[in-house]
Amino acid sequence: MANVTMTVNGKAVTANVDPRTLLVQFLREHLRLTGTHVGCDTSQCGACVVHLDGKAVKSCTTLALACEGASVTTIEGLASGGALHPMQEAFREHHGLQCGFCTPGMIMSAVDMVNRRGHALDEKTIREDLDGNICRCTGYHNIVKAVAAGAEAMGKGAAPVRQAAE
Amino acid sequence: MYAFTYHRPTSARQAAGLLAKKEDAKLLAGGHTLLPTMKQRLASPAALVDLSSCADLKGIARKGRNVVIGAMTTHAEVAASPDVQEAIPALAYLASHIGDPHVRHRGTIGGSVANNDPAADYPAALLALGATIVTNQRKLSAAEFFTGLYETALEEGEIITKVSFPLASKAGYAKFRNPASRYALVGVFVAKRGSEIAVAVTGAGEGGVFRWPEAEAALKARFTAKSLDGLKHPAKGINADMHADAEYRAHLIGVMAKQAVAQATGKA
Repeated sequence: MANVTMTVNGKAVTANVDPRTLLVQFLREHLRLTGTHVGCDTSQCGACVVHLDGKAVKSCTTLALACEGASVTTIEGLASGGALHPMQEAFREHHGLQCGFCTPGMIMSAVDMVNRRGHALDEKTIREDLDGNICRCTGYHNIVKAVAAGAEAMGKGAAPVRQAAE
Repeated sequence: MYAFTYHRPTSARQAAGLLAKKEDAKLLAGGHTLLPTMKQRLASPAALVDLSSCADLKGIARKGRNVVIGAMTTHAEVAASPDVQEAIPALAYLASHIGDPHVRHRGTIGGSVANNDPAADYPAALLALGATIVTNQRKLSAAEFFTGLYETALEEGEIITKVSFPLASKAGYAKFRNPASRYALVGVFVAKRGSEIAVAVTGAGEGGVFRWPEAEAALKARFTAKSLDGLKHPAKGINADMHADAEYRAHLIGVMAKQAVAQATGKA
């Protein structure tokens, strides 16, 4: 067992964990933040995407101990003051989901995409950058629409996620 | 995963010490091959030495006629680096097409090179550009370094610290990727340095990355995609699996080589 300390959604957390603990297990099982999903568990599907020091990563392929001192943002950390994050709102507005299992990862990836590429995202860019997120309902059409709308909304005064979480 | 102890040194020197001291220890870079392999219980190191806090293994620098990339530099960092984009745009392009955005945030050049996956992208760039792999003990040319399928010249306890790429006057990379894994079904990196031309192929060789001398000779006459017209790579020694048979991959080598040259000559 080993100690790990990190900041999750703005709150400092410390725990004693087995070195084998993956970041996603730590989030779900230790912190009970079950919004981050485990889909494939083989770094393919992207259901487990969270932000680690502001960058989207697959939490099923990251050790919790490797996040010592890091800042992690999960889907639970996006909304603030009871209002949905603009990207969440856009997914709701455009019905960017069917069963919803991939949605947390899709939204975290979409916010990361905006952080990297700005607010004007064309369809080609969005589709390419969603490479690491699989929707097995194949509901990509509305997801792409939602990402474009959410990106634009984030540009209109809505705070980017990193600031929102800190 | 089987149990292991976890260590996080803050320098390459400390990492080397831990690697020597801990029995059955393995280095952890970005972890995007090692952790999935451990989950499948195909690897079961007793100790993991995580290099992510070794600041001396990170960063990108222009040094004279070389671009030097620290082993723990991520694919995303290489792709976004103005130095790399300016000096060897084909290398930035290659890095920007590894895996997906999340994988590129974690995966590192050192990890990729040390693993020498036969379908990885970087080995083709290192071999074609004539890169030097610098370890905590010595320097190796890419040709010496990649010795076979998942095999390299690295000795026990040796750690890659950086990779140095000499500038090329022209370079291009094209890959036909597996749509699911995004690994190269076939990837070809073409580089022209002075009168020297190198064509390196990844994803296709039974023994990992290799050079294609016939294409190099054809390009030496004239460095244009047209020079490769009619040139076919034989299917002998080429990988066959559920994704593509040897004939198909051999055909793709020719197609990707032309695309790489077209990119290198600004005609893509």
